[in-house]
Amino acid sequence: MAAKVRRISAKCVLYAFLIVAAVIWMYPFVWMLTASFKTQDEFWGSGLNIFPQHPTLENFVRSWNNANFSQYFLNTIIVTVCAVVIVLMCTSAAGYVLGRYAFPGKKALLGVFMASITIPLTFTIIPVYELLNGMHLTNSLLGLIIAECGGSHILFLMLFSSFYSGLPKEMEEAAIVDGCGFFQTYARIMFPLAKPVIVTVVIMQFIWTWNSFLMPLVLTLSKPELRTLAVGLYALQGEHVVDWTGIAAGATIAVLPVIVIFIALQKYFVDGIAGAVKS
Amino acid sequence: MHAQRRRKQYLWCWIFVLPTTLFYAGFQAWPILSSFYYSMLDWSGISSSKTFVGLANFAELLQDPWFWNAFANSFRYMVFSVPPLIVVSLLLAVLLNEQTLRGRGAFRTMFFLPVVTTASIVGIIMQFIWSPTGAINALIQLFGVERAVNFLGQAGTALPTVAFIGVWKDVGIYMIYWLAALQSVPRDVVEAAEIDGANKWKVFWKITVPIILPIAGVITLLAVINSLKVFDIVQTMTGGGPYFATDVMGTFVYRTAYESSVGMPRLGYASAAAMLFGFTVILIGVAGNALKGRIARHRVD
Repeated sequence: MAAKVRRISAKCVLYAFLIVAAVIWMYPFVWMLTASFKTQDEFWGSGLNIFPQHPTLENFVRSWNNANFSQYFLNTIIVTVCAVVIVLMCTSAAGYVLGRYAFPGKKALLGVFMASITIPLTFTIIPVYELLNGMHLTNSLLGLIIAECGGSHILFLMLFSSFYSGLPKEMEEAAIVDGCGFFQTYARIMFPLAKPVIVTVVIMQFIWTWNSFLMPLVLTLSKPELRTLAVGLYALQGEHVVDWTGIAAGATIAVLPVIVIFIALQKYFVDGIAGAVKS
Repeated sequence: MHAQRRRKQYLWCWIFVLPTTLFYAGFQAWPILSSFYYSMLDWSGISSSKTFVGLANFAELLQDPWFWNAFANSFRYMVFSVPPLIVVSLLLAVLLNEQTLRGRGAFRTMFFLPVVTTASIVGIIMQFIWSPTGAINALIQLFGVERAVNFLGQAGTALPTVAFIGVWKDVGIYMIYWLAALQSVPRDVVEAAEIDGANKWKVFWKITVPIILPIAGVITLLAVINSLKVFDIVQTMTGGGPYFATDVMGTFVYRTAYESSVGMPRLGYASAAAMLFGFTVILIGVAGNALKGRIARHRVD
């Protein structure tokens, strides 16, 4: 009996701890969401009381129209979608041949990919900028897209190559009998089978690109109309009179898509990350 | 015929790896190689102004108190952020690994949410929440603190505050790493120990810890290296201020290269600083790996 009481009270302490921690963890999100529905007066007068008494959409309208967030949103979507598609195509194709075929130079290539010490972007941003400048791409979304594709994708390559190498050999033979060439075998038969890996790569790259800050910051320094949401919000906050409810609304616009995508597909994301540490 | 078919296959293979290789060459290999050259230039960003100065940038860096300030702050940030990050994420993982716990998925999602949230936006929001008029001050005033504390505006509190927010942001990802590690602990061994009368605490120290120790090394090394790379949240929360109290290597390089408010941009000088610090980070990574290898061998003996 006493043991049971002790076990139950231990459980209660555990839940209490987790709930308090979760509230602390969630507070900034709740603050952001509720502040974006508040009027300026209410925002400054409310103290710890976070829920708006007179919810308004005014802040969203203001940041969307006046602060140019419609443009930033569009830029972010374009850059993110293009980067995701390009990275997916590149890493899947490379992972396919690295996982399934032997060809001259493969060992060296694998060695180089694996040896890549991922030097943080902060320390390579200057040459990357100069490279894009040399290609006359610094003042365009295309340059930003290419730069966002340029990160190190060892994890994606590994996920794809281990998936493709596990497919049975008969699949190719059947495809060849059906008259498929090398490319068709890959595009029609192998690639569609890789769906679980594709989903993992898509959402990881999506979140990665959407959240990217330094690269778009540096590449849009002289072209404000190319800013992404992260950079646009930073610029807005740097202005003299800080419009905090407008910033909260802008932040909500900027983070809601990633949060929704993450919650919907989190299993794939978490599996990808867990796979990264295991290998 | 056979040879021809094989040659065709090789060709296809190279076509398939080519795009990845090109991206890799352009955005990983080339930046590292060209940094050597850039770091030896006196250069304000306009191509005509490039002057080769040899190792002068490095010599100047070694004498530059602001470089060493940023260098030290990067390590201070590491000291403030890594231990709590490792401990809290391990604690959460152990609690959430409890199979009988209800709502594990929901808790996991909540602790992970900051990880997927744009770091720069977190920085902007936190700037308000931790300001003298923000929620943290409203909260501590409930507990009797009279005067508002300007957490991010005072040299003494700014860096620990930024580190604290960094921990909040990253705990979720390390929690997932730990959960993956904990999954490698065989359930039957744990159950056998529990039948033998070992309590949870004992099971954790005698069974779980020894098994996850090698992965713990990897996770800690990852946390150390990532803490030295910090940029987004520092730039958006304090911009390196007040008076360079939170100026880490990332903000130092960015400001020196791209912010005209401090005079002419100096890309060569910034490249040299980036290289010097980049090598420090790599050295720590290599040393950490070697240490890990030694511990692993020691355990086998």
